[in-house]
Amino acid sequence: MDTREKDIEKLKDYKYGFTTDIENIKAPKGLNEDVIKFISNIKKEPQWMLDFRLKAYKRLKLLKEPNWQKPKYPKIDYQDLYYYSAPKSMKDKPKSLDELDPKLLETYKKLGIPLQEQARLNGIAVDAVFDSVSVATTFKGELTKHGIIFCSMSEAIQKHPDLVKKYLGTVIPVTDHFFATLNSAVFTDGSFVYIPEGVKCPMELSTYFRINASETGQFERTLIIADKGSYVSYLEGCTAPMRDENQLHAANVELIALDDAEIKYSTVQNWYPGDENGKGGIYNFVTKRGLCKGNNSKISWTQVETGSAITWKYPSCILKGDNSIGEFYSIAITNNHQKADTGTKMIHLGKNTKSKIISKGISAGFSDMTYRGLVDINSKAKNSSNYTQCDSLLMGNKCGAHTVPYIKNKNFDSNIAHEATTSKISEEQLHYCQQRGLNPEEAVGLIVNGFCKEVLQQLPMEFAVEAQKLVGISLEGSVG
Amino acid sequence: MSEQLQSDFDKLVKTSKFSNEEIKFKKNFLKNFIESGFPNRKQEDWKFLDISQIIKKNISDLSFFNDYSQSNKIDPSIFVDSLDHNKIIFINGKIEKIDFNFEDQNKIEIIDENKKDVSFDYENSLIDLNSAFTDKVFKILIKKNYSLKKPLIIYHSINDKIKSTNINLRLDFELGENSCLKLIDYFSNNTAKNFINIFYNFNLEKDSILKNYKIDKFKNNSLRYSFNNINQDNNSVSETFILSAGSDYFKNEINCNLNGEYSSAFINGIFSLKENQQHEIRTTINHLVENTKSYQLIKSVLGKNTKSAYQGRIFVNSKAQKTDGYQLSKAILLDESSEFNAKPELEIYADDVKCSHGSASGSLDENSIFYLMSRGLNYQQSKELLINGFLIDVVEKITDVEIKNLITNIIGLKQ
Repeated sequence: MDTREKDIEKLKDYKYGFTTDIENIKAPKGLNEDVIKFISNIKKEPQWMLDFRLKAYKRLKLLKEPNWQKPKYPKIDYQDLYYYSAPKSMKDKPKSLDELDPKLLETYKKLGIPLQEQARLNGIAVDAVFDSVSVATTFKGELTKHGIIFCSMSEAIQKHPDLVKKYLGTVIPVTDHFFATLNSAVFTDGSFVYIPEGVKCPMELSTYFRINASETGQFERTLIIADKGSYVSYLEGCTAPMRDENQLHAANVELIALDDAEIKYSTVQNWYPGDENGKGGIYNFVTKRGLCKGNNSKISWTQVETGSAITWKYPSCILKGDNSIGEFYSIAITNNHQKADTGTKMIHLGKNTKSKIISKGISAGFSDMTYRGLVDINSKAKNSSNYTQCDSLLMGNKCGAHTVPYIKNKNFDSNIAHEATTSKISEEQLHYCQQRGLNPEEAVGLIVNGFCKEVLQQLPMEFAVEAQKLVGISLEGSVG
Repeated sequence: MSEQLQSDFDKLVKTSKFSNEEIKFKKNFLKNFIESGFPNRKQEDWKFLDISQIIKKNISDLSFFNDYSQSNKIDPSIFVDSLDHNKIIFINGKIEKIDFNFEDQNKIEIIDENKKDVSFDYENSLIDLNSAFTDKVFKILIKKNYSLKKPLIIYHSINDKIKSTNINLRLDFELGENSCLKLIDYFSNNTAKNFINIFYNFNLEKDSILKNYKIDKFKNNSLRYSFNNINQDNNSVSETFILSAGSDYFKNEINCNLNGEYSSAFINGIFSLKENQQHEIRTTINHLVENTKSYQLIKSVLGKNTKSAYQGRIFVNSKAQKTDGYQLSKAILLDESSEFNAKPELEIYADDVKCSHGSASGSLDENSIFYLMSRGLNYQQSKELLINGFLIDVVEKITDVEIKNLITNIIGLKQ
């Protein structure tokens, strides 16, 4: 097989693995104060934002990279990374989509995300992030009518500094752990959402992340604020080209729900997982945290994790308001040499708070999967309850599936229930399906989809279909 | 602390009759312990209850020297009289008596082990401390095809002649093919504040059965740590029952290696804690070959200012297909100030396995109390009845009828 054919073969496995040949502006390689100033400067940020970054950088110098996680990885040289990369054409931000570089539009078309609003019939507002900058946000007019702010983080810093100043870093402080602090220092762009009091967001909001440039880390920051009595559903999707080197992705996502507000956050993560020998792929070290600040608020995380060489994240809920609810639904699939250490934290502080965790892990090939979760019911969180269920499915005896829950109950009025099982697809089930005319791969696909159904149901319609397909593709070649 | 350790160690070497080789081993253990010190919450295994803090808070001046050359008088009032049994009596960390009166003397051998090494890898500085300061280590060998007629009770007692605030005990057991040993650890009450560090090593050959019951019922001020290391060959069975209720602090740690096919391990535990007690059970079951089985059931009843923790780990090697592993931990919190922590962990590398765990904690069910009260019981009685029912479940798992009755009586449960 010549190289061309090989490339085509490769593309079949991971169809988003292409690169876009586009001119980039990059910050100088390495991590230091000058690079941070460069980022802040190019984005024309106010002084307080630069101070925020420098404070985080100062803190970062004192911190050590954590190493308690299950999947180990070779040491990352933080001085050998580009912390800012943007398509040249974005230097002066285009006013409308017509001015956008056609190459960029082409890229998003290939990814199946048309940015032209008219092409979109089902009405999802999209914010597309290309390497370090947000390239386009659609459906702005419709959203402004309701008073909803949905724009890139950089724009929010310019146009809505009060809101950003008030909420940025309140859920994930600059003094948090290593990767979160790194993000606070060098974050480049991301999405900003503000839903005003009493507004139910009329459409799904969505961000699409794409890493294109090589040797670049992507550090985006998302901040979602749902004011009193509002509702928003937010989707996030990710892809990256296939490269032999590992790329770092360390994002921070902060959600804040005030009184009676509800935020639903869904992720379909399909970063490049590396080839079948475990070479290359994305290190997905993301910090996601939601704060149910007000009474009767609700935050719900749904994630489908199929990509990345290493996934290491724990979308968490801090249930501070009385009667607040936290939910976490997750499917994590690892194949070949992928590794995942994921789960959630539910921290109950308010009275009558409730949380629910449903986690489904599937590991195949040589992969390794860990569910790690914390349920902590504080002594003041009277009458709270938690229900956790984590199931793992193993395919083959070269892979591993682990469950590490931490359960802390300090309140005698509260209940915690936890269940976990680990098993494989039974021969009977397979036999039954095959007998009815499915081939083994289809049979496995069917059974796995059934296994994941509880979580897939939580996804918005359009995403659910995509996620279901993704589940099937991720497990291709793992049977037999 | 390291000067105290060194000088107490020198005194120990002077007063006892260790061989040169033994002293060499002991010195090495002491060196390791001085380097690492007591474990603390930075170590994952000690996250929930930090022993170095607890020792600091309870025992101000820790000293380690016990004079093993002098013997102590045995106080017969501590003996369990409702049951015929063989005895091993520890007083202040020294074995005063080994008595197998009910058994065929040819079938049991007591070996003075002069090799004092620890035969497995560990990351636990308390084993270093134990190995440095224990007296002579005895190995009790049960010969092939012999089942002990009566249970063996090990009495752990302390009298007022004790000089130090730390006691280290160790015993090794070897169960020959097709043999059976029923072993009861009986912890007496005492008011002295000591840190007691117990280390047992069990080796179970083919088809042998070990039943170990640890009874810590009577209120005492000791801080205890007990470590059981169990190696199991084909078809062997180990059953451990822990009643954790008396000491101020008690951590039971069990490390079980299922090395032989069709071997199985059962661990059942009860925490019944009152006022300021802090107890923990940590288990590690290593399923290393095919067709092994483990079952764990831990229940807690937690009173005022108490804290219990359960850390259970099931490890399944990639060779260990057809493993069956189960963990269940349940807790009832009776007071606002009680706390329950659990970390039931599964680490699995084989696909054809059945492993599951469950954990539940909460207060007593108000509806059940209401039901009982509407039938004429008062609040206190209903509560007691519910707790009784909750705990009896664990006691029911005990396979030896005689011992089950003994333990039911000791806890004061009603059938």
